[in-house]
Amino acid sequence: MNPRLAKALVNGLLLGGAAVALFPLLWMLAVSFMPAGTSNALPPPLWPAHPVLDNYRQLFEHAGIGRYLLNSLLISGGIALLSLAFNLLAGYAFAKLRFAGREQLFRVLLGLLVVPAQVAMLPLFLLFKYAGLVDSYAGVMLPGMASVLGIFLVRQYARGLPDELLEAARIDGAGELHIFLRIVLPLLRPVVATLAVLTFLTAWNDFMWPLIELTGQGHYTLPLGLATMAREHTEGTEQMMAGSVLTVLPVLALFLSMQRHYLDGLLLGSVKG
Amino acid sequence: MKASRVAWLFLAPALLVLAVFFLLPVLGALALSFTDYDLYALADLHNLRFVALGNYWALLHRPQFWAALGHTFYFVAVGVPLSLAASLGAALLLHSPLARCKAFFRAALFAPVVTTAVATAVVWRYLFNTKYGWANHLLGMLGLHPVDWLGDPHWAMPTIILFAVWKNFGYNMIILLAGLQAVPAELYEAARIDGASAWRQFRHITLPMLGPTLLMVAILTVSGYFQLFAEPYVMTEGGPLESTTSVLYLMYEDGFQWWNLGVATAEAFVLFLVMFAVTAAMLRLSRRGEAA
Repeated sequence: MNPRLAKALVNGLLLGGAAVALFPLLWMLAVSFMPAGTSNALPPPLWPAHPVLDNYRQLFEHAGIGRYLLNSLLISGGIALLSLAFNLLAGYAFAKLRFAGREQLFRVLLGLLVVPAQVAMLPLFLLFKYAGLVDSYAGVMLPGMASVLGIFLVRQYARGLPDELLEAARIDGAGELHIFLRIVLPLLRPVVATLAVLTFLTAWNDFMWPLIELTGQGHYTLPLGLATMAREHTEGTEQMMAGSVLTVLPVLALFLSMQRHYLDGLLLGSVKG
Repeated sequence: MKASRVAWLFLAPALLVLAVFFLLPVLGALALSFTDYDLYALADLHNLRFVALGNYWALLHRPQFWAALGHTFYFVAVGVPLSLAASLGAALLLHSPLARCKAFFRAALFAPVVTTAVATAVVWRYLFNTKYGWANHLLGMLGLHPVDWLGDPHWAMPTIILFAVWKNFGYNMIILLAGLQAVPAELYEAARIDGASAWRQFRHITLPMLGPTLLMVAILTVSGYFQLFAEPYVMTEGGPLESTTSVLYLMYEDGFQWWNLGVATAEAFVLFLVMFAVTAAMLRLSRRGEAA
Protein backbone atom coordinates (compact mmCIF):
# COMPACT_ATOMS: atom_id res chain seq x y z
CA MET A 1 0.00 0.00 0.00
CA ASN A 2 1.04 3.58 -0.64
CA PRO A 3 2.65 4.78 2.63
CA ARG A 4 0.77 8.10 2.57
CA LEU A 5 -2.53 6.33 2.03
CA ALA A 6 -1.68 3.91 4.88
CA LYS A 7 -0.92 6.81 7.18
CA ALA A 8 -4.19 8.54 6.29
CA LEU A 9 -6.08 5.28 6.85
CA VAL A 10 -4.54 4.59 10.29
CA ASN A 11 -5.07 8.12 11.55
CA GLY A 12 -8.51 8.39 9.97
CA LEU A 13 -9.63 5.21 11.75
CA LEU A 14 -8.19 6.48 15.03
CA LEU A 15 -10.02 9.78 14.58
CA GLY A 16 -13.26 7.94 13.85
CA GLY A 17 -12.80 5.71 16.88
CA ALA A 18 -12.08 8.66 19.15
CA ALA A 19 -15.18 10.42 17.80
CA VAL A 20 -17.36 7.39 18.60
CA ALA A 21 -15.79 7.09 22.07
CA LEU A 22 -16.20 10.78 22.91
CA PHE A 23 -19.47 11.69 21.16
CA PRO A 24 -21.83 10.40 23.89
CA LEU A 25 -19.79 12.24 26.53
CA LEU A 26 -19.65 15.52 24.62
CA TRP A 27 -23.35 15.27 23.71
CA MET A 28 -24.16 14.71 27.39
CA LEU A 29 -22.21 17.85 28.30
CA ALA A 30 -23.87 19.94 25.58
CA VAL A 31 -27.42 18.86 26.43
CA SER A 32 -26.85 19.52 30.14
CA PHE A 33 -26.65 23.25 29.28
CA MET A 34 -29.80 23.33 27.14
CA PRO A 35 -32.99 24.89 28.52
CA ALA A 36 -35.54 22.29 29.66
CA GLY A 37 -37.38 20.65 26.78
CA THR A 38 -35.26 22.06 23.95
CA SER A 39 -33.19 18.92 23.29
CA ASN A 40 -36.26 16.99 22.18
CA ALA A 41 -36.40 18.49 18.72
CA LEU A 42 -35.78 17.35 15.15
CA PRO A 43 -33.07 17.34 14.02
CA PRO A 44 -31.66 16.70 17.52
CA PRO A 45 -29.61 19.78 18.44
CA LEU A 46 -25.88 19.35 19.07
CA TRP A 47 -25.17 22.68 20.70
CA PRO A 48 -27.12 24.76 23.24
CA ALA A 49 -28.20 27.91 21.41
CA HIS A 50 -28.72 29.67 24.73
CA PRO A 51 -26.66 27.81 27.34
CA VAL A 52 -28.17 27.85 30.85
CA LEU A 53 -27.21 26.45 34.24
CA ASP A 54 -30.86 25.86 35.22
CA ASN A 55 -30.60 22.06 35.04
CA TYR A 56 -27.76 22.00 37.54
CA ARG A 57 -29.52 24.49 39.80
CA GLN A 58 -32.70 22.41 39.72
CA LEU A 59 -30.76 19.26 40.62
CA PHE A 60 -29.16 20.90 43.64
CA GLU A 61 -32.24 22.80 44.82
CA HIS A 62 -35.01 20.28 44.22
CA ALA A 63 -33.56 16.82 43.52
CA GLY A 64 -31.11 16.90 46.43
CA ILE A 65 -28.14 15.88 44.28
CA GLY A 66 -25.74 17.77 46.57
CA ARG A 67 -26.40 15.13 49.19
CA TYR A 68 -25.69 12.31 46.73
CA LEU A 69 -22.47 14.01 45.67
CA LEU A 70 -21.37 14.32 49.27
CA ASN A 71 -22.30 10.69 49.99
CA SER A 72 -20.35 9.51 46.95
CA LEU A 73 -17.28 11.48 47.99
CA LEU A 74 -17.50 10.28 51.57
CA ILE A 75 -18.05 6.61 50.73
CA SER A 76 -15.50 6.38 47.90
CA GLY A 77 -12.94 8.39 49.85
CA GLY A 78 -13.44 6.28 52.96
CA ILE A 79 -13.17 3.00 51.06
CA ALA A 80 -10.06 4.19 49.19
CA LEU A 81 -8.31 5.33 52.36
CA LEU A 82 -9.09 2.32 54.56
CA SER A 83 -8.57 -0.34 51.91
CA LEU A 84 -5.31 1.34 51.00
CA ALA A 85 -4.05 0.98 54.58
CA PHE A 86 -5.21 -2.64 54.94
CA ASN A 87 -4.04 -3.79 51.50
CA LEU A 88 -0.62 -2.17 51.95
CA LEU A 89 -0.04 -3.90 55.28
CA ALA A 90 -1.16 -7.28 53.96
CA GLY A 91 0.58 -7.01 50.60
CA TYR A 92 3.85 -6.08 52.25
CA ALA A 93 3.53 -8.99 54.70
CA PHE A 94 2.96 -11.43 51.82
CA ALA A 95 5.97 -10.05 49.97
CA LYS A 96 8.58 -9.52 52.66
CA LEU A 97 7.66 -11.00 56.06
CA ARG A 98 8.23 -14.65 56.79
CA PHE A 99 5.57 -16.86 58.33
CA ALA A 100 4.44 -20.45 58.04
CA GLY A 101 1.99 -21.11 55.20
CA ARG A 102 2.58 -17.81 53.43
CA GLU A 103 2.40 -19.11 49.86
CA GLN A 104 -0.53 -21.42 50.57
CA LEU A 105 -2.54 -18.62 52.17
CA PHE A 106 -1.83 -16.35 49.23
CA ARG A 107 -3.01 -19.03 46.82
CA VAL A 108 -6.23 -19.36 48.82
CA LEU A 109 -6.75 -15.60 48.50
CA LEU A 110 -6.21 -15.72 44.74
CA GLY A 111 -8.71 -18.58 44.63
CA LEU A 112 -11.32 -16.24 46.10
CA LEU A 113 -11.08 -14.14 42.92
CA VAL A 114 -13.00 -16.85 41.08
CA VAL A 115 -16.14 -16.26 43.15
CA PRO A 116 -18.21 -13.35 41.82
CA ALA A 117 -18.96 -10.75 44.49
CA GLN A 118 -22.72 -11.01 43.91
CA VAL A 119 -22.79 -14.47 45.50
CA ALA A 120 -21.92 -12.85 48.84
CA MET A 121 -24.35 -9.95 48.55
CA LEU A 122 -27.58 -11.58 49.70
CA PRO A 123 -26.20 -13.14 52.90
CA LEU A 124 -24.23 -9.96 53.53
CA PHE A 125 -27.47 -8.02 53.40
CA LEU A 126 -29.03 -10.40 55.95
CA LEU A 127 -25.95 -10.22 58.17
CA PHE A 128 -26.13 -6.42 58.13
CA LYS A 129 -29.87 -6.50 58.68
CA TYR A 130 -29.43 -8.45 61.92
CA ALA A 131 -26.48 -6.22 62.87
CA GLY A 132 -28.52 -3.08 62.22
CA LEU A 133 -26.15 -1.89 59.49
CA VAL A 134 -28.59 -1.73 56.57
CA ASP A 135 -28.78 1.76 55.07
CA SER A 136 -25.62 3.04 56.76
CA TYR A 137 -22.28 4.41 55.57
CA ALA A 138 -20.49 1.66 57.51
CA GLY A 139 -22.53 -1.06 55.79
CA VAL A 140 -21.76 0.13 52.30
CA MET A 141 -18.05 0.62 53.06
CA LEU A 142 -17.15 -2.45 55.15
CA PRO A 143 -17.01 -5.07 52.37
CA GLY A 144 -14.74 -2.81 50.31
CA MET A 145 -12.14 -2.24 53.00
CA ALA A 146 -9.79 -4.92 51.67
CA SER A 147 -9.47 -6.50 48.26
CA VAL A 148 -7.54 -9.49 46.98
CA LEU A 149 -6.56 -7.57 43.86
CA GLY A 150 -5.21 -4.71 45.96
CA ILE A 151 -3.16 -7.08 48.12
CA PHE A 152 -1.90 -8.74 44.94
CA LEU A 153 -0.82 -5.40 43.44
CA VAL A 154 1.09 -4.37 46.56
CA ARG A 155 2.75 -7.77 46.84
CA GLN A 156 3.88 -7.66 43.21
CA TYR A 157 5.45 -4.27 43.73
CA ALA A 158 6.89 -4.86 47.21
CA ARG A 159 8.68 -8.03 46.09
CA GLY A 160 11.06 -5.80 44.17
CA LEU A 161 12.28 -4.00 47.31
CA PRO A 162 15.85 -4.97 48.34
CA ASP A 163 15.94 -7.32 51.35
CA GLU A 164 19.31 -5.90 52.47
CA LEU A 165 17.67 -2.57 53.22
CA LEU A 166 15.15 -4.16 55.58
CA GLU A 167 17.80 -6.40 57.18
CA ALA A 168 20.09 -3.42 57.79
CA ALA A 169 17.27 -1.57 59.55
CA ARG A 170 16.50 -4.66 61.66
CA ILE A 171 20.15 -4.95 62.71
CA ASP A 172 20.01 -1.28 63.71
CA GLY A 173 17.21 -2.31 66.05
CA ALA A 174 14.29 -0.68 64.23
CA GLY A 175 10.84 -2.11 64.98
CA GLU A 176 8.80 -3.68 62.17
CA LEU A 177 6.14 -0.96 62.20
CA HIS A 178 8.86 1.68 62.10
CA ILE A 179 10.51 -0.08 59.15
CA PHE A 180 7.16 -0.26 57.34
CA LEU A 181 6.25 3.38 57.90
CA ARG A 182 9.68 4.99 57.47
CA ILE A 183 11.43 2.80 54.89
CA VAL A 184 8.92 0.66 53.01
CA LEU A 185 6.04 3.12 52.59
CA PRO A 186 8.09 5.86 50.86
CA LEU A 187 9.44 3.24 48.44
CA LEU A 188 5.92 2.00 47.72
CA ARG A 189 4.72 5.49 46.75
CA PRO A 190 3.98 4.65 43.08
CA VAL A 191 1.80 1.67 43.98
CA VAL A 192 0.09 3.71 46.70
CA ALA A 193 -0.95 6.30 44.13
CA THR A 194 -2.07 3.64 41.67
CA LEU A 195 -4.10 1.74 44.22
CA ALA A 196 -5.69 4.90 45.62
CA VAL A 197 -6.93 5.94 42.16
CA LEU A 198 -8.09 2.43 41.25
CA THR A 199 -10.09 1.87 44.44
CA PHE A 200 -11.60 5.35 44.46
CA LEU A 201 -12.82 4.96 40.87
CA THR A 202 -14.17 1.45 41.49
CA ALA A 203 -16.00 2.56 44.63
CA TRP A 204 -17.40 5.65 42.89
CA ASN A 205 -18.75 3.63 39.98
CA ASP A 206 -19.99 0.71 42.11
CA PHE A 207 -23.70 0.11 41.78
CA MET A 208 -25.14 -3.24 42.82
CA TRP A 209 -23.98 -3.42 46.44
CA PRO A 210 -24.96 0.19 47.28
CA LEU A 211 -28.31 -0.46 45.58
CA ILE A 212 -28.94 -3.41 47.91
CA GLU A 213 -27.47 -1.91 51.05
CA LEU A 214 -28.69 1.69 50.88
CA THR A 215 -32.46 1.70 51.16
CA GLY A 216 -33.08 5.36 52.00
CA GLN A 217 -32.39 8.34 49.78
CA GLY A 218 -30.44 10.07 52.56
CA HIS A 219 -27.50 7.72 51.97
CA TYR A 220 -27.79 7.43 48.19
CA THR A 221 -24.65 7.78 46.08
CA LEU A 222 -24.71 9.59 42.71
CA PRO A 223 -25.16 6.43 40.57
CA LEU A 224 -28.03 5.33 42.84
CA GLY A 225 -29.74 8.71 42.73
CA LEU A 226 -29.31 8.87 38.96
CA ALA A 227 -30.65 5.34 38.39
CA THR A 228 -33.67 6.08 40.55
CA MET A 229 -34.41 9.27 38.60
CA ALA A 230 -33.98 7.38 35.33
CA ARG A 231 -36.48 4.70 36.35
CA GLU A 232 -39.04 7.15 37.69
CA HIS A 233 -38.98 9.28 34.52
CA THR A 234 -39.62 12.42 36.56
CA GLU A 235 -36.79 14.58 35.21
CA GLY A 236 -36.40 15.83 31.66
CA THR A 237 -33.58 14.89 29.29
CA GLU A 238 -31.55 18.02 30.02
CA GLN A 239 -31.67 17.53 33.77
CA MET A 240 -30.75 13.84 33.46
CA MET A 241 -27.73 14.82 31.38
CA ALA A 242 -26.69 17.37 34.01
CA GLY A 243 -26.93 14.60 36.60
CA SER A 244 -24.81 12.32 34.42
CA VAL A 245 -22.20 15.05 34.00
CA LEU A 246 -21.98 15.48 37.78
CA THR A 247 -21.53 11.72 38.18
CA VAL A 248 -18.95 11.23 35.44
CA LEU A 249 -16.93 14.44 35.63
CA PRO A 250 -15.13 13.80 38.96
CA VAL A 251 -13.88 10.37 37.88
CA LEU A 252 -12.94 11.52 34.40
CA ALA A 253 -10.96 14.42 35.87
CA LEU A 254 -9.26 12.11 38.36
CA PHE A 255 -8.38 9.70 35.57
CA LEU A 256 -6.98 12.41 33.31
CA SER A 257 -4.82 13.87 36.07
CA MET A 258 -3.58 10.46 37.24
CA GLN A 259 -3.59 8.63 33.90
CA ARG A 260 -0.09 7.21 34.34
CA HIS A 261 -0.82 5.65 37.71
CA TYR A 262 -4.15 4.27 36.61
CA LEU A 263 -2.85 2.59 33.47
CA ASP A 264 0.21 1.25 35.29
CA GLY A 265 -2.04 -0.39 37.85
CA LEU A 266 -4.24 -1.86 35.17
CA LEU A 267 -1.23 -3.51 33.53
CA LEU A 268 0.32 -4.65 36.81
CA GLY A 269 -2.99 -6.23 37.80
CA SER A 270 -3.26 -8.15 34.56
CA VAL A 271 0.14 -9.81 34.81
CA LYS A 272 0.02 -13.25 36.27
CA GLY A 273 1.87 -13.62 39.59
CA MET B 1 8.65 -9.71 68.88
CA LYS B 2 8.72 -12.88 66.78
CA ALA B 3 8.82 -12.23 63.06
CA SER B 4 5.81 -14.41 62.26
CA ARG B 5 3.69 -12.69 64.88
CA VAL B 6 4.45 -9.34 63.28
CA ALA B 7 3.44 -10.76 59.92
CA TRP B 8 0.08 -11.94 61.25
CA LEU B 9 -0.55 -8.56 62.84
CA PHE B 10 0.09 -6.91 59.48
CA LEU B 11 -2.24 -9.37 57.79
CA ALA B 12 -4.99 -9.28 60.39
CA PRO B 13 -7.08 -6.26 59.25
CA ALA B 14 -7.29 -7.29 55.59
CA LEU B 15 -7.82 -10.98 56.34
CA LEU B 16 -10.53 -10.14 58.86
CA VAL B 17 -12.39 -7.99 56.33
CA LEU B 18 -12.14 -10.66 53.63
CA ALA B 19 -13.17 -13.45 56.01
CA VAL B 20 -16.14 -11.71 57.62
CA PHE B 21 -17.47 -9.78 54.61
CA PHE B 22 -16.67 -12.19 51.81
CA LEU B 23 -15.77 -15.75 52.75
CA LEU B 24 -18.40 -16.06 55.48
CA PRO B 25 -21.22 -14.66 53.28
CA VAL B 26 -20.23 -16.98 50.41
CA LEU B 27 -20.50 -19.99 52.73
CA GLY B 28 -23.69 -18.46 54.11
CA ALA B 29 -25.03 -18.20 50.56
CA LEU B 30 -24.49 -21.90 50.02
CA ALA B 31 -26.38 -22.66 53.24
CA LEU B 32 -29.11 -20.16 52.39
CA SER B 33 -29.66 -21.70 48.98
CA PHE B 34 -30.72 -24.96 50.71
CA THR B 35 -33.50 -23.17 52.61
CA ASP B 36 -36.82 -21.53 51.73
CA TYR B 37 -35.75 -18.19 53.23
CA ASP B 38 -38.49 -15.72 52.25
CA LEU B 39 -40.49 -12.81 53.60
CA TYR B 40 -41.94 -14.97 56.38
CA ALA B 41 -38.51 -16.10 57.52
CA LEU B 42 -37.34 -12.52 57.35
CA ALA B 43 -40.09 -11.61 59.82
CA ASP B 44 -39.60 -14.64 62.05
CA LEU B 45 -36.72 -17.11 61.71
CA HIS B 46 -38.96 -19.96 62.98
CA ASN B 47 -40.60 -20.01 59.58
CA LEU B 48 -37.32 -21.08 57.97
CA ARG B 49 -37.24 -24.59 56.53
CA PHE B 50 -34.50 -26.75 55.05
CA VAL B 51 -35.39 -27.72 51.50
CA ALA B 52 -32.10 -29.37 50.43
CA LEU B 53 -31.76 -28.99 46.65
CA GLY B 54 -35.38 -27.90 46.30
CA ASN B 55 -34.52 -24.39 45.09
CA TYR B 56 -32.13 -25.72 42.45
CA TRP B 57 -34.64 -28.31 41.34
CA ALA B 58 -37.34 -25.64 41.04
CA LEU B 59 -34.99 -23.41 39.01
CA LEU B 60 -34.46 -26.18 36.47
CA HIS B 61 -38.22 -26.25 35.91
CA ARG B 62 -38.70 -22.51 35.70
CA PRO B 63 -38.85 -21.13 32.14
CA GLN B 64 -38.09 -17.62 33.43
CA PHE B 65 -34.73 -18.77 34.78
CA TRP B 66 -33.79 -20.53 31.55
CA ALA B 67 -34.77 -17.41 29.63
CA ALA B 68 -32.58 -15.24 31.88
CA LEU B 69 -29.69 -17.68 31.44
CA GLY B 70 -30.29 -17.56 27.68
CA HIS B 71 -30.22 -13.73 27.62
CA THR B 72 -27.01 -13.75 29.66
CA PHE B 73 -25.39 -16.23 27.26
CA TYR B 74 -26.53 -14.11 24.31
CA PHE B 75 -24.88 -11.06 25.88
CA VAL B 76 -21.64 -12.96 26.54
CA ALA B 77 -21.48 -14.85 23.24
CA VAL B 78 -22.02 -11.76 21.08
CA GLY B 79 -20.63 -9.08 23.39
CA VAL B 80 -17.27 -10.66 24.21
CA PRO B 81 -16.08 -11.32 20.61
CA LEU B 82 -17.24 -7.85 19.53
CA SER B 83 -15.49 -6.22 22.50
CA LEU B 84 -12.28 -8.14 21.88
CA ALA B 85 -12.33 -7.32 18.18
CA ALA B 86 -12.76 -3.62 18.97
CA SER B 87 -10.00 -3.77 21.58
CA LEU B 88 -7.58 -5.57 19.26
CA GLY B 89 -8.37 -3.22 16.37
CA ALA B 90 -7.80 -0.14 18.51
CA ALA B 91 -4.60 -1.59 20.00
CA LEU B 92 -3.21 -2.38 16.53
CA LEU B 93 -3.98 1.14 15.33
CA LEU B 94 -2.36 2.70 18.39
CA HIS B 95 0.65 0.44 17.99
CA SER B 96 1.15 1.35 14.35
CA PRO B 97 4.26 3.50 13.74
CA LEU B 98 2.11 5.57 11.37
CA ALA B 99 -0.23 6.76 14.15
CA ARG B 100 0.04 10.38 15.29
CA CYS B 101 -0.94 11.98 18.63
CA LYS B 102 -0.89 8.57 20.32
CA ALA B 103 -1.30 9.89 23.88
CA PHE B 104 -4.46 11.78 22.92
CA PHE B 105 -6.02 8.86 21.06
CA ARG B 106 -5.18 6.45 23.86
CA ALA B 107 -6.83 8.69 26.46
CA ALA B 108 -9.86 9.36 24.23
CA LEU B 109 -10.47 5.68 23.47
CA PHE B 110 -9.99 4.76 27.12
CA ALA B 111 -12.25 7.50 28.54
CA PRO B 112 -15.51 5.46 28.42
CA VAL B 113 -13.92 2.81 30.69
CA VAL B 114 -13.57 5.14 33.66
CA THR B 115 -17.04 6.64 33.32
CA THR B 116 -19.82 5.45 35.62
CA ALA B 117 -21.85 2.73 33.87
CA VAL B 118 -25.13 4.02 35.29
CA ALA B 119 -24.51 7.57 34.02
CA THR B 120 -23.42 6.59 30.52
CA ALA B 121 -26.26 4.06 30.29
CA VAL B 122 -28.63 6.97 30.94
CA VAL B 123 -26.92 8.90 28.13
CA TRP B 124 -27.34 5.95 25.76
CA ARG B 125 -30.98 5.68 26.62
CA TYR B 126 -31.49 9.14 25.18
CA LEU B 127 -29.14 8.64 22.23
CA PHE B 128 -31.19 5.56 21.29
CA ASN B 129 -34.54 7.20 21.93
CA THR B 130 -36.91 6.20 19.13
CA LYS B 131 -38.12 9.70 18.30
CA TYR B 132 -35.39 12.19 19.22
CA GLY B 133 -32.29 9.99 19.51
CA TRP B 134 -29.19 10.47 17.39
CA ALA B 135 -29.05 6.79 16.45
CA ASN B 136 -32.32 7.00 14.50
CA HIS B 137 -31.43 10.43 13.16
CA LEU B 138 -28.28 8.94 11.61
CA LEU B 139 -30.28 6.02 10.22
CA GLY B 140 -32.68 8.56 8.72
CA MET B 141 -29.82 10.41 7.05
CA LEU B 142 -28.78 7.11 5.46
CA GLY B 143 -32.35 6.63 4.27
CA LEU B 144 -33.06 3.75 6.65
CA HIS B 145 -36.16 3.17 8.75
CA PRO B 146 -36.00 4.12 12.46
CA VAL B 147 -35.54 1.30 14.94
CA ASP B 148 -37.29 1.02 18.30
CA TRP B 149 -33.92 0.29 19.93
CA LEU B 150 -34.89 -0.24 23.55
CA GLY B 151 -38.60 -0.92 23.04
CA ASP B 152 -38.38 -3.84 20.62
CA PRO B 153 -37.55 -7.22 22.24
CA HIS B 154 -35.33 -8.09 19.25
CA TRP B 155 -33.30 -4.90 19.44
CA ALA B 156 -33.00 -4.24 23.18
CA MET B 157 -30.20 -6.75 23.83
CA PRO B 158 -28.18 -5.74 20.74
CA THR B 159 -28.42 -2.12 21.92
CA ILE B 160 -27.13 -3.10 25.36
CA ILE B 161 -24.32 -5.07 23.72
CA LEU B 162 -23.40 -2.02 21.65
CA PHE B 163 -23.28 0.02 24.83
CA ALA B 164 -21.11 -2.57 26.59
CA VAL B 165 -18.64 -2.67 23.70
CA TRP B 166 -18.39 1.14 23.67
CA LYS B 167 -17.97 1.27 27.45
CA ASN B 168 -15.44 -1.55 27.88
CA PHE B 169 -13.23 -2.01 24.80
CA GLY B 170 -10.64 0.52 26.05
CA TYR B 171 -9.72 -1.64 29.03
CA ASN B 172 -8.52 -4.62 27.01
CA MET B 173 -7.07 -2.24 24.43
CA ILE B 174 -4.50 -1.08 26.99
CA ILE B 175 -3.56 -4.64 27.96
CA LEU B 176 -3.30 -5.79 24.34
CA LEU B 177 -1.28 -2.69 23.44
CA ALA B 178 1.26 -3.63 26.13
CA GLY B 179 1.26 -7.16 24.69
CA LEU B 180 1.96 -5.82 21.19
CA GLN B 181 4.80 -3.67 22.47
CA ALA B 182 6.40 -6.76 24.03
CA VAL B 183 6.67 -8.58 20.67
CA PRO B 184 10.36 -8.36 19.62
CA ALA B 185 10.80 -6.12 16.58
CA GLU B 186 13.37 -8.52 15.05
CA LEU B 187 10.59 -11.00 14.26
CA TYR B 188 8.86 -8.46 12.02
CA GLU B 189 12.16 -7.44 10.42
CA ALA B 190 12.98 -11.04 9.56
CA ALA B 191 9.49 -11.50 8.12
CA ARG B 192 9.82 -8.33 6.01
CA ILE B 193 13.13 -9.52 4.61
CA ASP B 194 11.41 -12.77 3.67
CA GLY B 195 8.76 -10.69 1.90
CA ALA B 196 5.82 -11.55 4.17
CA SER B 197 2.75 -9.33 3.66
CA ALA B 198 1.24 -7.27 6.47
CA TRP B 199 -1.61 -9.76 6.80
CA ARG B 200 0.76 -12.73 7.02
CA GLN B 201 2.87 -10.91 9.60
CA PHE B 202 -0.29 -10.37 11.64
CA ARG B 203 -1.43 -13.97 11.18
CA HIS B 204 1.90 -15.69 11.88
CA ILE B 205 3.70 -13.34 14.27
CA THR B 206 1.31 -10.96 16.03
CA LEU B 207 -1.53 -13.39 16.78
CA PRO B 208 0.62 -16.27 18.10
CA MET B 209 2.76 -13.93 20.21
CA LEU B 210 -0.36 -12.25 21.57
CA GLY B 211 -2.10 -15.59 22.21
CA PRO B 212 -1.63 -15.88 26.00
CA THR B 213 -2.61 -12.23 26.54
CA LEU B 214 -5.69 -12.64 24.35
CA LEU B 215 -6.74 -15.73 26.28
CA MET B 216 -6.35 -14.00 29.65
CA VAL B 217 -8.25 -10.95 28.43
CA ALA B 218 -10.99 -13.16 26.95
CA ILE B 219 -11.45 -15.06 30.22
CA LEU B 220 -11.61 -11.87 32.28
CA THR B 221 -14.11 -10.33 29.86
CA VAL B 222 -16.30 -13.45 29.83
CA SER B 223 -16.52 -13.51 33.61
CA GLY B 224 -17.21 -9.77 33.69
CA TYR B 225 -19.97 -10.00 31.06
CA PHE B 226 -21.71 -12.85 32.85
CA GLN B 227 -22.33 -10.32 35.64
CA LEU B 228 -24.62 -8.15 33.50
CA PHE B 229 -26.84 -6.06 35.75
CA ALA B 230 -26.55 -2.25 35.82
CA GLU B 231 -27.14 -1.83 32.07
CA PRO B 232 -30.55 -3.51 31.91
CA TYR B 233 -31.45 -2.01 35.30
CA VAL B 234 -31.05 1.50 33.92
CA MET B 235 -31.73 1.14 30.20
CA THR B 236 -34.60 -1.33 29.96
CA GLU B 237 -35.61 -2.43 33.46
CA GLY B 238 -35.18 -5.99 32.23
CA GLY B 239 -37.71 -5.56 29.43
CA PRO B 240 -39.24 -5.32 26.92
CA LEU B 241 -40.99 -8.67 27.49
CA GLU B 242 -38.12 -9.57 29.83
CA SER B 243 -35.82 -9.77 26.81
CA THR B 244 -32.92 -8.17 28.73
CA THR B 245 -33.51 -9.88 32.09
CA SER B 246 -30.11 -11.35 32.97
CA VAL B 247 -29.49 -13.93 35.70
CA LEU B 248 -28.29 -11.23 38.10
CA TYR B 249 -31.29 -9.05 37.28
CA LEU B 250 -33.56 -11.98 38.08
CA MET B 251 -31.60 -12.63 41.26
CA TYR B 252 -32.02 -9.00 42.31
CA GLU B 253 -35.76 -9.08 41.64
CA ASP B 254 -36.31 -12.42 43.37
CA GLY B 255 -34.17 -11.40 46.29
CA PHE B 256 -35.03 -7.80 46.92
CA GLN B 257 -38.41 -7.28 45.32
CA TRP B 258 -40.04 -10.56 46.33
CA TRP B 259 -37.70 -11.38 49.25
CA ASN B 260 -37.20 -14.96 48.10
CA LEU B 261 -33.62 -14.99 49.33
CA GLY B 262 -33.29 -18.78 49.24
CA VAL B 263 -34.22 -18.91 45.56
CA ALA B 264 -32.07 -15.87 44.75
CA THR B 265 -28.92 -17.34 46.30
CA ALA B 266 -29.50 -20.56 44.37
CA GLU B 267 -29.59 -18.44 41.20
CA ALA B 268 -26.35 -16.74 42.19
CA PHE B 269 -24.69 -20.10 42.72
CA VAL B 270 -25.86 -21.50 39.40
CA LEU B 271 -24.45 -18.41 37.68
CA PHE B 272 -21.16 -18.93 39.52
CA LEU B 273 -21.00 -22.58 38.44
CA VAL B 274 -21.80 -21.67 34.82
CA MET B 275 -19.09 -18.98 34.81
CA PHE B 276 -16.60 -21.39 36.31
CA ALA B 277 -17.43 -24.10 33.78
CA VAL B 278 -17.19 -21.75 30.79
CA THR B 279 -13.88 -20.17 31.80
CA ALA B 280 -12.41 -23.59 32.69
CA ALA B 281 -13.49 -24.90 29.28
CA MET B 282 -11.82 -21.91 27.59
CA LEU B 283 -8.56 -22.62 29.42
CA ARG B 284 -8.74 -26.28 28.52
CA LEU B 285 -9.50 -25.73 24.87
CA SER B 286 -6.63 -23.28 24.53
CA ARG B 287 -4.22 -25.74 26.15
CA ARG B 288 -5.30 -28.43 23.74
CA GLY B 289 -4.88 -25.96 20.88
CA GLU B 290 -1.34 -25.29 22.03
CA ALA B 291 -0.47 -28.96 22.27
CA ALA B 292 -1.75 -29.65 18.75
